Amino acid sequence: MKKKDASISAMATPAVGEAGKTGDWRDMRPVHDPAKCIPCIKKKAACFLCWLYCPEGVIKATIPIEINLEYCKGCGICAEECPGKAITMVNEGEKHG
Amino acid sequence: MAEVQIMTGNQAAALGAKLSHVQVVAAYPITPQTSVTEILSQFIEGGELKAEYIRVESEHTALTVCISASTVGARVFTSTSSQGLLYMHEQLHWAAGSRLPIVMCCVNRGVGAPWTIFNDQQDSISQRDTGWIQIYCRDNQEIIDSIIQGYRIAEAMYIPVMICYDGFVMSHTMMPVEIPDAELVSNFLPPYKPHTILSPETPMNINPVLFPWRRANAEGVLCDGYMEMRYKLQKALGESRDVIVAAGQAFAGAFGRDHGGMVWHYKTDDAEVILTGMGSVATEATTAADMLREEGINAGVVGIRVFRPFPKEEVREAFRKTKAVVIFEKGISYGYEGALCSELKAAFYGTDIRLPVHNYVVGLGGRDVKARELAEAVRSSRDAIASGDTEPAPKWLNCFTE
Repeated sequence: MKKKDASISAMATPAVGEAGKTGDWRDMRPVHDPAKCIPCIKKKAACFLCWLYCPEGVIKATIPIEINLEYCKGCGICAEECPGKAITMVNEGEKHG
Repeated sequence: MAEVQIMTGNQAAALGAKLSHVQVVAAYPITPQTSVTEILSQFIEGGELKAEYIRVESEHTALTVCISASTVGARVFTSTSSQGLLYMHEQLHWAAGSRLPIVMCCVNRGVGAPWTIFNDQQDSISQRDTGWIQIYCRDNQEIIDSIIQGYRIAEAMYIPVMICYDGFVMSHTMMPVEIPDAELVSNFLPPYKPHTILSPETPMNINPVLFPWRRANAEGVLCDGYMEMRYKLQKALGESRDVIVAAGQAFAGAFGRDHGGMVWHYKTDDAEVILTGMGSVATEATTAADMLREEGINAGVVGIRVFRPFPKEEVREAFRKTKAVVIFEKGISYGYEGALCSELKAAFYGTDIRLPVHNYVVGLGGRDVKARELAEAVRSSRDAIASGDTEPAPKWLNCFTE
C-alpha cells in the first residue's frame, strides 16, 4: 500500500513533476526543424529565444534545442517568438512530415 | 488576589493579547477597533510586550502578515471591524484553509452602504462560512478571558478564532475587569507549536494547487485532493466543540471565572419563554427577563457564546422545556431572516421540539435597544403566539417600517 500524507494543510516539497506530468494538458505540440533554426545553422550558441521565452522552462539551450514534452503544455510561445520559424505547432495525434 | 481595573473593551482586548505573549501584531486601525491597535503599539514600543508590530497598508495585508508569521511559528494577533473585516474576507478563508491558529478580535460594527460607524453584528455574521471559530462576548471581562482561551483552542485544533464584541457598547464602555495573573496565563497557555516547521533546510511549497482527485506527489506519497483537505477542516470544526468546552472549564479552574462553553443560561430552569441572542444584546435581555419576571412572566435568557461551531446539542437541550423562543439579532441574512434564527430552527429539526420562534432584528447601525423594549417585544410575541401566530416574518424593532 502506498504511503499516505497526513498533513492537515496542503503542502509539497518542490520537485520536478510535483504538479503531475503537465505535458498531459497539451493540445498542440511544438515540432522543431533544425534546417531553419539559427543555432543549428550557425553551429554555435545564438538566438535561443525559444529557451528564453518558454514560460515552463522545458526547452534546453543546446544544439539542437531539446523540448521536454513531458512538461511542455503546448502554449506555442516558442513558435510565436522563433525568428527563423523553425518551430511549428502541430495538433497532438497528427503526423508531421 | 488578581488586580481589578476599570477599562474599556478595547483595553481588555489589548491586555488579553499582551498576556497571551503574542509575538507578531499586524493591524490596521478602523473605528471602533482603533484603540486596540494603538494600545498594542504602545505596549510594544514601550518594551512591555516583546513582539513585532508590523505596520501595513490595509486589513487584507494585516491578516496576510499574520498568516505568514503564524506559518513560520509565531503567535499572532490582529483586530478589525466592519469594512476592514470584509476586506480581509479572502484571507479569512486562507487562514482557516491553512489551519493557522490566529486569534483576531472583531469589534462588531455595521457595514456600508450607507456608511455607518456604529454597532451591529452584520460584519462577523457575514463571515460565518469562512471556517473560523466565532465567540461572542457579553462583557469586557469575557473579552480578555476569551482571547486567552482563544489561543488555547486555536492552537489545540489549528483553527483560527474570531473573538467578537460589540462596537462602542463594549469597545468604548468602561467596566471593572479582573486582570488574569500573568504567570497563571503562561501555565494555561503553553508555547505555540506550529503544525509544520518552515525553514530554509526543508523548503516547502505551501498550499499548492490541488486537483479534484487525490494524487501521489513527486516522491510517490499519496496526497489529499482539495475535497479531502476541506473535509479535514469541517471535521476539526466539529471536534473543536469539546476543546472549547474544556478550555472554558480549565479556565474556570485556573482563574475562577466560567463564561459558559458554547452557550450560557440565565434563569432558564422554569422559563416559559426564553430570550436569546449573541453579545451585548443577550446581556441586555437578562435585564428584560428580570422585568418580565416582576410581572409574573417566567422569562429566561440563553446567550449563544459560540456561533461556529454551532452549538446544536446545547441549544436542543436549552430549549427543550420552554414554550417559546424570542430571538434578538443585530444582523440579518437579507432575503430570509436572522442567521441565528435560521440556525436555531434547523437545530430543532428532527427532534420533538416544536416551539414558536419569533425573530426580531434590532440595533442595526447602532440604533439603541433598551431592556424595556426587549421586554415589550416579548410581551407582544406572547400575545401573538397566544392568538396562533407561531412563526411570523422577522420584525424590525424600533424601526419605522411604514
